[in-house]
Amino acid sequence: MEIVIKELTKTFKGRIAVDHLSLTIGQGEFFALLGENGAGKTTTIKLLSCLMKPTGGDAVMLGDSIVENPQAVKKKLNISPQETAVARNLSVKENLEFIAKIYGSDKREAEKKANRLMNKFGLADRAKSKGRTLSGGLERRLSIAMAMISEPEIIFLDEPTVGLDVRARLDLWQILLDLKGQITIILTTHYLEEVEALADRIGIMHKGRLHALGTLDELKEQTGQAKLQDIFLQLTAEAKIQ
Amino acid sequence: MRALTFAVRNRKEILRDPMTLLFGMVLPLLMLWLFSMMAENMPFDLFTLEKLAPAIIVFSFSFITLFTGMLIGRDKSSSFLMRIFASPMAATDYLVGYALPLLPIAFLQITACYGTALLLGMPFTIDAIPAVGVLLIISLLYIGFGLFFGTFFTDRQVGAMFAIFVNITTWLSGTWFELDMIGGTFQRVAYLLPFAHAVDASRAIFAGDYGAVFIPMLWVMAYTAVIFGIAVWGFKKRMRG
Repeated sequence: MEIVIKELTKTFKGRIAVDHLSLTIGQGEFFALLGENGAGKTTTIKLLSCLMKPTGGDAVMLGDSIVENPQAVKKKLNISPQETAVARNLSVKENLEFIAKIYGSDKREAEKKANRLMNKFGLADRAKSKGRTLSGGLERRLSIAMAMISEPEIIFLDEPTVGLDVRARLDLWQILLDLKGQITIILTTHYLEEVEALADRIGIMHKGRLHALGTLDELKEQTGQAKLQDIFLQLTAEAKIQ
Repeated sequence: MRALTFAVRNRKEILRDPMTLLFGMVLPLLMLWLFSMMAENMPFDLFTLEKLAPAIIVFSFSFITLFTGMLIGRDKSSSFLMRIFASPMAATDYLVGYALPLLPIAFLQITACYGTALLLGMPFTIDAIPAVGVLLIISLLYIGFGLFFGTFFTDRQVGAMFAIFVNITTWLSGTWFELDMIGGTFQRVAYLLPFAHAVDASRAIFAGDYGAVFIPMLWVMAYTAVIFGIAVWGFKKRMRG
């Protein structure tokens, strides 16, 4: 079962944010979506996570359509938004338990899951700390742990390492590498080295359209460039000339 | 079940904010005490505890509007709302979850204000029991305004909107002066809004004048239904992106 995106389109008052996007993402794949600001990455994530209705097209998420059965799709996925989306006055443990419960866990199960994820994400010693007291790195870890607690089959990570120092970013990369292969991960980021380190395949969006798709090696071959940064610049520069 | 889980989270968010205690509890009690002291030197009976306490309880509900609006506004700006919109929760779960924890806070405000008024010398009346019910219905109006502000404005805008709102609710409610002292257009405008009716209903129920409660409460409930309706419509629209 895969994610099959077919002609997915979203317009806002005549402006096209996502323009007939078509691609397939395999189950368990770590897929990175790249693009400049306003390229349509976040809108794509919102469409795929049923936060927005598409103007046209559809996406079948592991067997269920985002247009016809968004509630079934929602049960399969979770999201770690660009902002950390952590409840400020709830403790680390309470944040995790809250998300587990709204996805259907009872009190006991929610506590068990929260403890497991706090250990996995290195948050156990801050279990009682309020969200507002966490450092940027810990807040990001909590944000991803909150997305993982519902045991999703698909997780969307929208710029998960933005604003983190080098050490916190590398720590988070390790956590993401550990998740690789277990669930389908769709990542958006501006950090190209992050994509090189983590992603199985890369999609490059520009002005709502998919301009390139493939593994890093495939993109290197397509463009004749050795670095992802040069590949990205070449593809988006060509798009500007067009 | 999901709505209750969400309500618990919202209750914790609100009650763990020290501003809730300061504005929602301490400020109304302080005003009750100050104005009741002023009553001794006033030539008319506006600031007697029998008139002041029911009006200040309604005034304290204005802060419920602030708490609700700020919570939803912050949930939007921090993308917390986006995270839970992606969950299988339904629109009614959100609205019940936001509105429900405010009712116990309103109850606390009612009991704290009435208890303080009793300590300051207000005579105890059995009419305080039905008054609690009437006041909880009035509190829904202010919860509705909070849902409305939170749905349509950001957390920063909610702060600015609240400054206007609290002025309207106090000046046009007859809490600090009798509206017929000014009369004319001012009084007519005040009675086109629900706040003066809310204060009238609160004073009437505490006075045991049950006949005078019905019409003002009709105004309050009609406004509550309209404000809730607009907030629900706006919230559902936002959920659909």
